[in-house]
Amino acid sequence: MEKSPVKRIQMLLFSFFAGLDRQLGFILLGLSAVGFFTFLSASQNTPVQIADELRNLALSFAVMWLASRIPPKWLEISAAWIYGLGIVLLVAVAVFGLIKKGARRWLNIGVVIQPSEIMKIAMPLMLAWYFQKREGIQKVWDYAVAMIILAIPVFLIARQPDLGTALLVFAAGLYVIILAGLPWKWILPFVAVGAIGIFLIIIFGGTICAHDIAWPFVHNYQKHRICTLLDPSSDPLGKGFHTIQSMIAIGSGGFFGKGWFQGTQAHLEFIPEKHTDFVFAVFSEEFGLLGNLVLIALFFALIKRGLTISASAPNLFTRLLGAAVTLIFFTYAFVNIGMVSGLLPVVGVPLPFISYGGTALVTLGFGAGILMSIHRHRRLVQS
Amino acid sequence: MVSFKKPNLDSFQERIHIATLFITVCFLLLITRLVWLQLISHGKYSLLAESNRIALVPAPANRGLIIDRNGIVIGRNYSALTLDINAEEAKDNIDKLINELSEIIDISPRDRRNFKRSLEDSRNMGTIPLRSMLNEAETARFMANRYRFPGVEIRARNFREYPYNELASHLVGYIGRVSQRDKERMQAEIENSKADDLDALQTSFLPGIQYVGKIGLEQSYESILRGVPGYDQVEITAGGKPVRTLSSSPSSPGKNIVLSVDVKLQYLVEELYGNFRGAFVAIEPETGDVLAFVSKPNFNPNDFVEGIDSVTWKELNDSPQKPLYNRPLKGIYPPGSTYKPFMALAALENKKRTPSQTISDPGYFDFGNHTFRDDKKGGHGIVDMQKSIVESCDTYYYMLARDMGVNMMHDFMKPLGFGQITGIDLQGESKGVLPSTDWKKTAFKKPEQQKWYEGETISLGIGQGYNSFTILQLAHAMANLANNGIVMKPHLVKAIEDPFTRNRILTTPKESYRIDLNPENIEIIKKAMIEVNISGTSAAAFRGAGYIAGGKTGTAQVFSLNSKDYKHGATAEFLRDHALYIAFAPADKPTIVIAMVVENAGFGAQYAAPIARKALDYYIEGKWPKEVPEWKRAP
Repeated sequence: MEKSPVKRIQMLLFSFFAGLDRQLGFILLGLSAVGFFTFLSASQNTPVQIADELRNLALSFAVMWLASRIPPKWLEISAAWIYGLGIVLLVAVAVFGLIKKGARRWLNIGVVIQPSEIMKIAMPLMLAWYFQKREGIQKVWDYAVAMIILAIPVFLIARQPDLGTALLVFAAGLYVIILAGLPWKWILPFVAVGAIGIFLIIIFGGTICAHDIAWPFVHNYQKHRICTLLDPSSDPLGKGFHTIQSMIAIGSGGFFGKGWFQGTQAHLEFIPEKHTDFVFAVFSEEFGLLGNLVLIALFFALIKRGLTISASAPNLFTRLLGAAVTLIFFTYAFVNIGMVSGLLPVVGVPLPFISYGGTALVTLGFGAGILMSIHRHRRLVQS
Repeated sequence: MVSFKKPNLDSFQERIHIATLFITVCFLLLITRLVWLQLISHGKYSLLAESNRIALVPAPANRGLIIDRNGIVIGRNYSALTLDINAEEAKDNIDKLINELSEIIDISPRDRRNFKRSLEDSRNMGTIPLRSMLNEAETARFMANRYRFPGVEIRARNFREYPYNELASHLVGYIGRVSQRDKERMQAEIENSKADDLDALQTSFLPGIQYVGKIGLEQSYESILRGVPGYDQVEITAGGKPVRTLSSSPSSPGKNIVLSVDVKLQYLVEELYGNFRGAFVAIEPETGDVLAFVSKPNFNPNDFVEGIDSVTWKELNDSPQKPLYNRPLKGIYPPGSTYKPFMALAALENKKRTPSQTISDPGYFDFGNHTFRDDKKGGHGIVDMQKSIVESCDTYYYMLARDMGVNMMHDFMKPLGFGQITGIDLQGESKGVLPSTDWKKTAFKKPEQQKWYEGETISLGIGQGYNSFTILQLAHAMANLANNGIVMKPHLVKAIEDPFTRNRILTTPKESYRIDLNPENIEIIKKAMIEVNISGTSAAAFRGAGYIAGGKTGTAQVFSLNSKDYKHGATAEFLRDHALYIAFAPADKPTIVIAMVVENAGFGAQYAAPIARKALDYYIEGKWPKEVPEWKRAP
């Protein structure tokens, strides 16, 4: 029987979207819409083009669609190779890398790439693969090896120096290790030490931030960042300026916000990086607490959905990978909002699907695609 | 395919639950933070956002003019182009910037110094002038190179100018750039004032004020002269770039002050003093109008307006002549014999003497074991009251002082204004000393010093001893006597003038109080003072005057000469006697009284009275002495 053209297109669309997780899809559409509208306001009077943002969004969804088609098995097979490639590139960066603003982070292989970005996905892939391999026979030794697998790229990235990315890669790997079953008795002491450390820094911030005191293992500018976080007013025109101005933007937004395109802090250039890392300040100023609650609800829904997918994933590899990817989303969102609202030090972390920037959107789209792929393949494998 | 291991999945799901809990806690933390910023601290941050956004661009108000009683302007404004640097912009490499600017515009070391001082004073407030009075060539060169100098601009500014330079400098004073200290003081004034709209005052007032009166009338009439600066509320970007003007409030110019001073008289007297130091105050007794207020030497207030350079400052400040010292206001001198008419009046009022009562003067007066000498060797013979004034007989007053005692003298002299603040409209007036037994108790620390010794009373009678008054007080006392005991507060400003309508509001105070004096007694004293100018010590100075003037000379010892004969010229200049003179004229209805001192000049009759004569000739008859150049109006 001859099918009508309408029916054909319907079927084509159906097969195109088949397997895309509908919930995840709508959440991501919602976030992208928020991102796009905020971008319109934030990019006013800047040379950044709307077309670029639309292209990036389209690219992100295309990558997501492609990734959702990749069977998890393929990822499992290639995990070690991707990790290995990442390490090779990081070593290459350390040797031949380009230096910009005092940091050696980039590699010119025809196009300029930043290998540490690859590690954000390669790290959980590798560790998930590793724990899948060792499934059922885990010993203390396995966790030690996992820590070494984690430590090598983190070390390489940290000495570029790029502390922000190093921490994110470390977090991504650590999620896998913890979810893989790292005993609580090993986790809790670290949590305790961390908590006490933070507490001490807050109490003794004034003393250790004194000008002539150098911190071990930490660059001076990094120390400065943390100290500025503790007391932004200590450097109101320098490093603290960003934090103070974004806090002013958020605070002056109030409950309902100043309205779309009405943010004075944003439009009078008081907010730094206003369409990239600090875009949350623009959103917050114009849409207020109400907008923020909606945005945080969207992120929470995204993460909840990711974790649900992971929990019902067919094997340890997909479970660990899915959960780690989801927690990376969480980390990005939490660290970004935390830093823009003056709760965490300023590290270069974009707000997922909201911040302008091709690389981040593509990476995050790829992560979302992996989650969808895991969801798509759950019954296929189980049955 | 791989099958589930039940325990493993359970442990994974348990960890997913824990992760969910962890995430929930983290998000709640963020929400708490946002609630704190957006609800609880919303007000504070809104204010900060507003103050970020809005800059007040001040529009300085035109300062009021200073006009003398005949309409001659002695403090005015003129407009000139200046090269301004934005203080914020200038913070870091100011030297480099100025060096580059000096390639196209002439910038003197003095300009640099002044700029740097203003920069320190201003603490990044507004723009700071680097060079004023740019000529056309410089302006053109700068405009052509303007792109090289962001934050540097040319502006028309109003400058304060004192067209007669040194003339009346101590009474006019000068303005200068607002310093941080001035700012803080004005802030405090505003906070203390009961203004209706405090916020409006604080935000609108201060930024527009760039100059403030530092001394003289510029200082004491600051609030009237200044006017209210206007401002534009401008929305600016983080970089300080103006986006649009939100509102605009025009400035309103300061009011003019009209002096009671006659600056031609002032000029004449300043010229007549020549190189002598001294003070001269002329008052219209009926009104308290100060007609002349001279302090010599003086200085050029124009040097101070844009910040004085250190060389000139050092010169003025270190000079032994003390040109910055306001002598009539602050300098205290013993009145010497000019005190005698007041003493005589005190004797009449207190019934200690009658006019005809006489003493016999052997040329000295013994009290205790001390001998008080008279000027005239061998004495004045038989002396009644009139003769005591006309010939300035010391012995008469030694005895009178003994008979009255210190406290009776004090009580009589006090209402006349001796040793009292006159309340003239200038800041920093000295009080001087009108001695009494009570005064001595508070003035000294040691008990033996606090006691009054009878011997100390004697020299008070001839205006020596502890007596020390300002020339302003002496003139004020003379005016009170000439005005028959009606006390008018002396003042330099007669009226406040609206700059547009030219309407004047008189500020002249009403009479302060009346001293209950017997008119007959006053007449006796005045008559004796008239005789002084006819046949007495200042007769030579007043020979041929076309009016009748009363006067009294005085010579005040700078230090005790231990009864040795005084030899003019043999004494170091600064140890020589001060020449004093007081006068009133015309005698029947005085329109002017004078008190003056010529420091270290010698006898009052010789050095002071002739100046007074010429001043009176001019003021009463319009006669201009030949030796003084004609008064020329400022261009």
